Formats: sequence, C-alpha cells, structure tokens
Amino acid sequence: MAASGKSGNVIAKYLPVYFVLLAIAGIEFFLAYQNFSTAGLVGMLLFLAICSAALGLLYFMHLAHEKRSLFFSLIPATIFVLLMMNMIWSDSIRLLHMRPFAH
Amino acid sequence: MAMHGHGGALMEESPYSIPSRKLTMWLFIISDAVTFGAILFAYGYLRVATPDWQTPFKSASIINVAIMTFVLITSSLTMLGAVDASKAGDKPKAFRFLASTMVLGLIFAGLHIREWFGLFDAGIKLSSGLFGQTFFSITGLHLLHVITGVVALAVVARKYSSGSLTPGHVETIGLYWHFVDLVWMFVVPLVYLTNIAR
Repeated sequence: MAASGKSGNVIAKYLPVYFVLLAIAGIEFFLAYQNFSTAGLVGMLLFLAICSAALGLLYFMHLAHEKRSLFFSLIPATIFVLLMMNMIWSDSIRLLHMRPFAH
Repeated sequence: MAMHGHGGALMEESPYSIPSRKLTMWLFIISDAVTFGAILFAYGYLRVATPDWQTPFKSASIINVAIMTFVLITSSLTMLGAVDASKAGDKPKAFRFLASTMVLGLIFAGLHIREWFGLFDAGIKLSSGLFGQTFFSITGLHLLHVITGVVALAVVARKYSSGSLTPGHVETIGLYWHFVDLVWMFVVPLVYLTNIAR
C-alpha cells in the first residue's frame, strides 16, 4: 500500500481526547486529596474512570467507528456482568459488622 | 452472502465487517475486562469488610503513579500513530511509533517495579496481610499484561517491518495496548487514590 501522506492527521485528530484523558486523571488526583468520605470519593473516581474508559473505547479503540452491531454485541453484556458482581456488597458489609447471617 | 473459498468451501462474510483476528481480540478484551472487574470487585469486597485497611501511599508514591499514568496514556497516543502510519503504508514511521510505544511501556514497567521495591522496603509484601495480597495481585496482573504487550509489540513491529504481517495486525495489537491503558484507569483510583496515607 503506497503512503498516502495523511498519517499525521490521526494524532492531531485524537489529541483533544488525549488531553481530556490527562485532565480526567488530573482531576482524580486532585479529588483524592480533598476531604471526602471514602464512599463519596470512590463514587466520584469510579464515575471519572468510566468516562475515561468510554473515551478510550470509543476513540482510541475506534469502537465508535465500527458497526453498531459490534458495539451492541460486546458492551451491554459486559456491563451486565460487571453490574451483577455488585451483589457481593451486602456480604461485605455483613462481614464488616461480623454478623453471622445476612439480614 | 456466501462466498467460495479455497477448494470450493463455502465461506460466510466476516461478522461485523471486521477480520476474524480483530473480532477475536475484541472477545479476548471483553473476557479480560471481566477478569479485571472480578479481581477489582474482590478487592473492594475485602476493603469494605476490613475496618483497619492499610493506606500506605505517601506523596512520593502518588507522584510516581501520576507519572506512570501520564506515560501509559501517552503510549496509547503513540500506538494510535503506529496504527495510522501502518494503514497509510508508511512502514518506517509505523515502526518508530511502535518503538516509542514499547519504550513508554518499559518505562511504565520500570517505574512500577521500582515502586514495588519501595513497598518491600516499607515491609509491605505479597504475604503481608490483605492489602499486600490484593495490591500485588492486581498490579502484578496488570504489569504482566504490560510486559506481555511490550513483547507482542516487538514481535509485531519486527514482522510488520519485514512484511510478514499486515496493518491489520498492528491494529489488533493496538486494541490490546489500549485495553491495558484502560484497565490502569480503574486501578489507579480504586487501588492507589483510595489508599493515600493521611
């Protein structure tokens, strides 16, 4: 395949995404040093991490430019599995309070 | 629409209009994402259930992690450059971008290992309680992915330069590398930033 001479454009095109990812990371580090409760901090950091992941998936991994069917085949099922893992928290809190059985 | 392949065998069109290698990499990424999700959830479970959880990370560690994050995000950008250059047919440029990505990956690994030795000196090891076990498991698994990725990048770079691999292969390994960066976006806040020494 002959060089098209357009290969510099992608870096320039995705530089805004790069800087947004760096900015999100910077915000996370800033928030970590504020006096939030652990639960509140985790919630905020997780939200920012999901935003970073979405940007990386859609733009760096070009999922936004693939067929919609690929996106819908991969992502909803993955999110579902990850959400289902949240069932562990009741047992974790039970363990924290040393209760023998879940309420 | 069915097509005839070698020896008259009937072949289906590629699903999702992407090559099989790319689809396979996506499926691997999904399975690996769920694996990391499970290990991070297990870490969260133990952390919530442990009232006296260790929080050992002082400013020097956090600055190190910030540098590591910058290095890894930048390596994703150079990987984009490699994929783009390979699609444009510019082999020398693609090789340079791949080499840059590998160097950044090795810098990340070096900083990570240096951090580990710092923790060893502070008495925190894989065997030293729940924090040590979860921290070194999670970061060790991620570091293994980084090192494996660097090796894979080296193989792809060499073979693409010699002509035995195609731009599609560069794109496929690029997906893996971006995934490694993506996982780090979750490891940093959950494992490091919630365990800052106050």
